[in-house]
Amino acid sequence: MTTDLPVHLAGREVVLDEVVARRSPWSAQIAAGDELTIVDLEGNQAVDFLLYDSADTTVRYSAPDTIAAQRNVYLTEGSVLRANTGDALMTLVHDEVGRHDTIGGACSKESNSLRYGHHTVHQHACVENFLAEGANWGLGKRDLVSNINFYMNVPVEADGALGIVDGLSAPGLSLTLRADRDVLVLVSNCPQINNPCNGFNPTPVRMIVTRAAR
Amino acid sequence: MTATTASTASPASTATTASTASPEGARAHARAQGGTVVETMPTVPAATAADWPEDIADTLADSDLLIAETVAGGNYTTLAIQRGTVVEFTDLEGDACAHLAIFNAADTSERLNVADTVKIQWQAYLAAGAMLLSDRGRVLATIVADSSASHDTFAGTSTRGVNEARYGDGSPQGGTPSGRDLLILGAAKHGLSPRDLPPTISLFQGVRVADAGGLDFLGSAGAGASVRLRFELPAIVLVANVPSPVDPRDDYISTPLRIRAWRGEAATLGSAEAVATPEATRAFGNTIDYARAKGL
Repeated sequence: MTTDLPVHLAGREVVLDEVVARRSPWSAQIAAGDELTIVDLEGNQAVDFLLYDSADTTVRYSAPDTIAAQRNVYLTEGSVLRANTGDALMTLVHDEVGRHDTIGGACSKESNSLRYGHHTVHQHACVENFLAEGANWGLGKRDLVSNINFYMNVPVEADGALGIVDGLSAPGLSLTLRADRDVLVLVSNCPQINNPCNGFNPTPVRMIVTRAAR
Repeated sequence: MTATTASTASPASTATTASTASPEGARAHARAQGGTVVETMPTVPAATAADWPEDIADTLADSDLLIAETVAGGNYTTLAIQRGTVVEFTDLEGDACAHLAIFNAADTSERLNVADTVKIQWQAYLAAGAMLLSDRGRVLATIVADSSASHDTFAGTSTRGVNEARYGDGSPQGGTPSGRDLLILGAAKHGLSPRDLPPTISLFQGVRVADAGGLDFLGSAGAGASVRLRFELPAIVLVANVPSPVDPRDDYISTPLRIRAWRGEAATLGSAEAVATPEATRAFGNTIDYARAKGL
């Protein structure tokens, strides 16, 4: 794995640079104005993503408020990630993929039982990651809402049909989010192996927090 | 300008001239207001409501007619109902929009999960036969009848800030309340907090997804459209009747929403909805085993 910074971060001060192991949770506080870059190291790795106002975690990412404000169901460069109050939490300022999902939600042991059968119930799932990592911040089940799935492709067709289909990403593609206020980011590096969201092979991703050089 | 129904207020002066300077006079004044009928109100006992659906009024006993309420535009209500209850929502004038948050009354940590609802059914547009799924892989409710088919699983409800920008106010005490503000109040009446509010669905003011993901406002199917939900678990239902957040009209247009609820039977493994798809079979299986184990 290269430790070089993505070229679009050239000149910025690196605050944090970590690799999230396959199937694992991750979280971080991001200060207003700082940027979080996510690198899809090996390609087509869904990064399930929740976001809270650090000062008041009842103010949290809202997929419907985000969709309603931009009048579009896909996230792409320029998308503002909004809270349940309608306020901006982060903005997607750089995107090398083109489209990300915020409709499909997180996999869970329970939803896996419906989608694939009860034999999958004991497989690890994103909701488990969210619960485990959220507990470190005093967050619980009631704090989980419809999330973002970066690098996951969920087309919605004219008749309303939708599904998680083969991804649009590729090894090394990155995206960058600017924090519009102090935020807490909660991530599940998706462990799903029953659909194409991870190319049937969960892989690590890289998280880089940067700020403008002083 | 707003177009909510202003019919929730009682007449300013009821047929009394009693002085309210003493408890006795104030009591007489208060009691003289009883029996006032307005367009948007609960009717108690529910069975005395005039407009039960014919197929229900003709077949059920009065004791099975559980809830009769018409919710004003820009207002809300909450329902606490047992497993098997059927709730009918009717868009009386064509501009109701029922924003719903649904909880398992036996364990309110289990609630509507819009993402799972659309993902598991491989379908974003709600219609008859669709399940409203919880975050625990169970069916909270089933759409058993739907003459509207114009609903929204994408845009959620409105917020105070957006309503302030669009209409000048979004507070519950104002004339153009946001859906979120009303749902916060409804949640509080069941011991739930803003933390507990999940993304909602809305009935009667639909959206459709266009090319490249654009969200088109489809709007109303017209006056009189109705939806029946059969609850597969005991439920707390928060209902806010406010405009869709993507309603493009400049005015806050929100008209009465009629609710009728009656006793029914939850689905069995052999019900049409439960055998419709493999996902539904497993969802109803999870739900029925859970309800039986928990004694619901």
